[in-house]
Formats: sequence, C-alpha cells, structure tokens
Amino acid sequence: MPRIEETSLPGVGRRFDFDAEYGKRVGVITHRDGKREVFVASREDPDACAETIMLTPEEAEAVADLLGGSTVTRQVTTLTNEIEGLAIDWITLENTTPFHARLLGDTMLRTHTGASIVAIVRDGVAIPAPGPAQALLSGDVLVVVGTPNGVVRAARYLNASMQGE
Amino acid sequence: MSLGELFLQIGVVILALAFMGRFAGRIGLTPIPLYLIAGLGLGQLMHLEGAAQSFVHIGAEIGAVLLLFMLGLEYTSRELEDNLRANRRIGLLDLALNFTPGVLAGVLLGFPPLATLLMGGVTYLSSSGIVSKVLADLGRFGNRETPVVLAVCVLEDVAMAFYLPVVAALLIGGTALQIGGNLLLALGAFGLTFFLALRYGHLLSRIMDVKSAEVLLLSTFGLVLAVAGLADIINVSAAIGAFLVGIALSGEVAHRVRTLTEPLRDLFAAVFFVFFGLELDMAALPAVLIPALLLTLVTALTKFVVGWYGAARAGVQTRGRIRAGVTLIPRGEFSILIAGLGAALTPVLGPLTAAYVLMTAILGPVLARFDGPLAQWVDRWGKKV
Repeated sequence: MPRIEETSLPGVGRRFDFDAEYGKRVGVITHRDGKREVFVASREDPDACAETIMLTPEEAEAVADLLGGSTVTRQVTTLTNEIEGLAIDWITLENTTPFHARLLGDTMLRTHTGASIVAIVRDGVAIPAPGPAQALLSGDVLVVVGTPNGVVRAARYLNASMQGE
Repeated sequence: MSLGELFLQIGVVILALAFMGRFAGRIGLTPIPLYLIAGLGLGQLMHLEGAAQSFVHIGAEIGAVLLLFMLGLEYTSRELEDNLRANRRIGLLDLALNFTPGVLAGVLLGFPPLATLLMGGVTYLSSSGIVSKVLADLGRFGNRETPVVLAVCVLEDVAMAFYLPVVAALLIGGTALQIGGNLLLALGAFGLTFFLALRYGHLLSRIMDVKSAEVLLLSTFGLVLAVAGLADIINVSAAIGAFLVGIALSGEVAHRVRTLTEPLRDLFAAVFFVFFGLELDMAALPAVLIPALLLTLVTALTKFVVGWYGAARAGVQTRGRIRAGVTLIPRGEFSILIAGLGAALTPVLGPLTAAYVLMTAILGPVLARFDGPLAQWVDRWGKKV
C-alpha cells in the first residue's frame, strides 16, 4: 500500500496523492459536488499536473470497479456470481462511524441505500434480525443484504466515508 | 415610466451582461471585469432613471448580499479553523504586504482617512472567483502549490469578515463616541454570531433541511435577506449578516443550498458589477490610469511574494512558486464591493478601483498561463544576481 497523503483544498474538496513506484505523483481530488478528478504529475515538474481527468460520480465508480474495486466490491462480485442481483456483506462499524451509540432505526439505511441490516455480530456473538431499537456500537459487524450497489453504498454510508465535509 | 419601458431597459441591461458572459467564455476569462466594462459602456449609451434605476440599484445590493452569503457557505467552520491555525504566517505576510500599498496610494492621492482605509482593502483581497476559475481552467487543482493559494484566499475572506463591520461602523460616522459605540456594537454582534454559528450552526442546518427544493430556496433567500436587513438596521453591515448565515449552514443542507442559490447569485452579482460600472464617471477614468497602473505593478509584485513564500514553505520548486505568485494577482468582486461602500467619500475611489481591478484581473490570468517561460527567466535572473 503506498503512503497516501491527504490535503484539504478549501472551497474545492480534498486531494489524495502518493508518489508512485514508477516515478510520478498520482492523485485523486474529491470535489465537493461529487465529481472525481484523477491526475498524474508531470515528470519535469512534479509539482504540476501533466494530465487531469474529470469523472462524474458514476464514472468514477465504474473506473474504480475496473481497477479492481475495494475489498468490499470484490467480495460483492464473488457473491453476485452465485446469486444474480443479490449481495450480502459483513460491514464493520469503524471508529469514524456517525452511528456509534445510536439506534439501528436512526441509520435509515434502507431508505438511503436500499440495503437492510439482517444481523449484528458483537464480540463474536450474533444478534439475528435486530429491530430498529437495537443500539449500535463502533466495532459491531453488520450483516447487510441488498443489491450489489446498495451494499457498497451501505458500507460507505455507515462509515461516512462518502461525506467529504 | 410605463411598465413596458421599464422591462425594456432592464432587459437590455441583462442582455448586455449575457453577451459579455458569452464573450468571456470565448476568450477564457472570467466575466467579472467584462461586466464592469459593460456597465461603463451602458452608462454612456443609456440613462437609467426612476424605477429602472432603483430596480438595478436594489438588485445590485441583493447581489452584494448574496456574494457574501455564498462566500460564507463556501467554507465549513472546520475548514476555517484549520486554515487559521495552519497558515497564520502567510496570512499576516499577505495582510502586511498587500494592505499597505493601497493605504499608501490613498495617502499619496490625498484621500480622506476612511477612503484610504478602503483603498487598503481594495488592494488586499485577491479575487477568489478569478483564482478558482484560473485553477480550474488550467487543471491545477492537483498541483502542489494549490492548497497554499486556496488557503490565502480563505484567510483573506476571513479578514474581510472582520474588516467589513469595522468599515461599515466608521462609514456611518458621527461623533467619536458614536463611532466607538457603533464599532463596539458591530464587532460584538459579529463576534457573538460567529461564535454561535461555529457552535450551533448544525442546529440551524437541521431546521433548514427540508425536502422540497422550492421551500429550501425560499427559506434560505428569505433568511439571508432578513438577517442582512437586521444587521443593517443595528449598524452591522448587511453583507456581514449574510456572510454569517452562510457560515452557519453546513453539511448536506449547505451543499443543496449552494446549488440552488448559485444561479440567483450569478444573476444579482452580475447586476452588482454592472451597476458599479454604470455609476462610474467616465470622465474621471483617464486621470486614474497612471495611478492604477502603478498600483497594479506594485501589488502584483507584493502578491507574487506572498504566493512565492507560501509555496516555498510547502516545499514547491521554482515553477510552482511562480504559479502560486501570479495566480493570486487578480483582484475582483470584493475590491469592487469595498469601493462601492465608499463611492461617496471621494470621486476618485470608484474609477481608480475599476481601472485597478480590470488591470489585475487581466494581468494575473495571462501571466498564470506562462509559468514555464517565467521560470526560465527567473532562473537566469537568479544566476546573474
């Protein structure tokens, strides 16, 4: 894993970049309006961009998929091979989650992503079919079922990694 | 004046703006300086009177308020805090280097004290609108020097939020005691609202978060105007009230409000620039060309130093330092806003600012395209010294 640097671009979004093995700086800018910009630094002037590509959120997702996607996506892909249109995934609530110590109903997960939480695994013990009044804690592993896309969105949503601000 | 005539006049003004905007897109410049030119030209061709004049005037005021509101909306309070902490030194250098030339110019031109203070503001603020346009057009958001450039703009905007209420209080005038009272009131109200916005902004955001775009737009626009009006009544500048509403809104609501209000701001801000141009006395322009040119040269250099220093601190090489320096040169919307406040103080302030903004707004983006040749030139010059 390369060392990725994160820089805030006030008013624009955030920049993530790293020095690639083949001698160029590579980065992604997450614009606040959801656009993704991919850039490669120029060889003679590593401070500047040689090329930038602007992607819509959907295109960025497609490119990410082409590049191998995240671990979550890959798990989803293997699963969808078995059941077309249905995905199941185990999502850990990270420390960054906004839903720590809140109720499952508060997440409104199905409304936002179309995916449902069918079970919670806490300290190795399963809580099957949890109700909306079930409290969530960071560190919980949530078993989520939905469309492949919905599950991916749920993972982002639950850990708030989509919110740029 | 009949309604037909009124519509015709306003329509002509707005069409002239549309034409300028189109032309600006064609030559790859931001339209702000061109709106000014449109105002100057229209001022020669037609004389707005009565209802048309007051409509354009009110539109211009709304434009100023919306400019400030969107400015506040642009930044989350987190970003502001982080920036203030991380870039204090560049901010102070920027303030010292770029506020001073304006003040000196004011003194040399024999401006009254208050107009001198305003002139400092005119030369101090880079145009964040033009800067981000240049960065976007040239695909430079990923560049290493860009965070510094943006940080300088943010700090200036924060400084502006402090500066405006002070100036507004001074402009109201009165005895020393009254001015002191106004000043205290303005700063107190500003400090309190700023604090409340940072602390409880999320509450306001939650209240404002309604599903319907229509209702959201109406409640935002209404709230902005109402707060701006209140602020104006208690002698804190209307623009500051709007700015604070912008700061207070954050997260998802801010994002939606931004997309909704943007067209509204674009329309009224354009009216604001054209109004400024309309009000200018063309006869006063030739006399200010030389001072404006000198001021452009001096402050282009001082801005350049700020960008260079900031980029150097971020470990960026010569070419990037040059890019950072020249990108910051253009002054724009806020310089005009400041000059607009004090247009009555001295007849020269308006035309001087207009000429100055035009010159810097053209010089900066043009130089920004030539970072390669400039770097070679600087390197050669560096070897000679």
